[in-house]
Amino acid sequence: MAEQTYYEDVEVGSEITPLKKVATTRMLVQWAGASGDFNPLHYEEDFAKNLGVGHPIVHGALKRAWLVNLMTDWIGEEGRLKKLSCRYRGMDYPRKMKNFDEPQDGETWWCKGKVIRKYIEGDEFLAECEIWVENGKGDKTTQGSALAVLPSKSK
Amino acid sequence: MAVFVVPESLKKMVGQTEEPIVFKVEEGAIQRYARAVGDANPLYNDVEYAAQSKWGRLLAPPAFPGWPVKSDGFDMIKFIEKLIKAGAPMGLLDGGVDYEFFSPVAADDTLLAVTKIESIEGRETKLGPTMITTVETTFTKESGGRAFVMRNMFLNF
Repeated sequence: MAEQTYYEDVEVGSEITPLKKVATTRMLVQWAGASGDFNPLHYEEDFAKNLGVGHPIVHGALKRAWLVNLMTDWIGEEGRLKKLSCRYRGMDYPRKMKNFDEPQDGETWWCKGKVIRKYIEGDEFLAECEIWVENGKGDKTTQGSALAVLPSKSK
Repeated sequence: MAVFVVPESLKKMVGQTEEPIVFKVEEGAIQRYARAVGDANPLYNDVEYAAQSKWGRLLAPPAFPGWPVKSDGFDMIKFIEKLIKAGAPMGLLDGGVDYEFFSPVAADDTLLAVTKIESIEGRETKLGPTMITTVETTFTKESGGRAFVMRNMFLNF
């Protein structure tokens, strides 16, 4: 866990600490089991091909969970995530496995974000952020926004 | 390529509420979820650490269990099959989600999830004629109060 982020520490334009992710076929299986999403689109080659997406794709909801991970790491234990939205703009394809634990070489994804507004509403110190998942080519395949309640040094 | 024309059989489902689901948030389910995401936050993984925190027990990451609601509570495939039977195209993709969080969910909480079909629209997308369904699920704690509300969009094509 990173250090606690305080309202006073952030400015418009501040970067959310980037979070690295590597989607693998194994991770998709793990996510299917943990989330209960057993759509064959995410693990069956022919099924994905017949639907016109080429190969099994990364679950949108997993990318959403990565963005939640990005935000909660940054917000720290004294803050809280108030809102999060995202839209899945592009397909992502997982790396295959080299052995039980290690993926083959390939694409790496980065979850990123920046503060676009900070304001106080009632007793809450808020940071509105633009967030996204970037694939290996630098394309934003998932884009969204988040609203964080941060602790204040003045309280 | 053409706009998907939403048949009456589907239009009349808008506004309908699915059977409410009650489920208990289990420690193991939280840990498996956090591991699948690759989220090492000890609040979601380490029972002893979480016990010492202000929450006193293992915390679930925001958006747990998310969409679909856990398979032991809500069978998404059955829900989608219902839409397909009523005329929706067979292909399915997740379009996006909007969350609003009110209070954190922790192990041993019992949640009530109610899903309502908010809208069904016909469009033309790069996938071809596409139907976009928006559903809103409200998660309420048995102990009282809303935990979070999730609005999810998905595409049948």
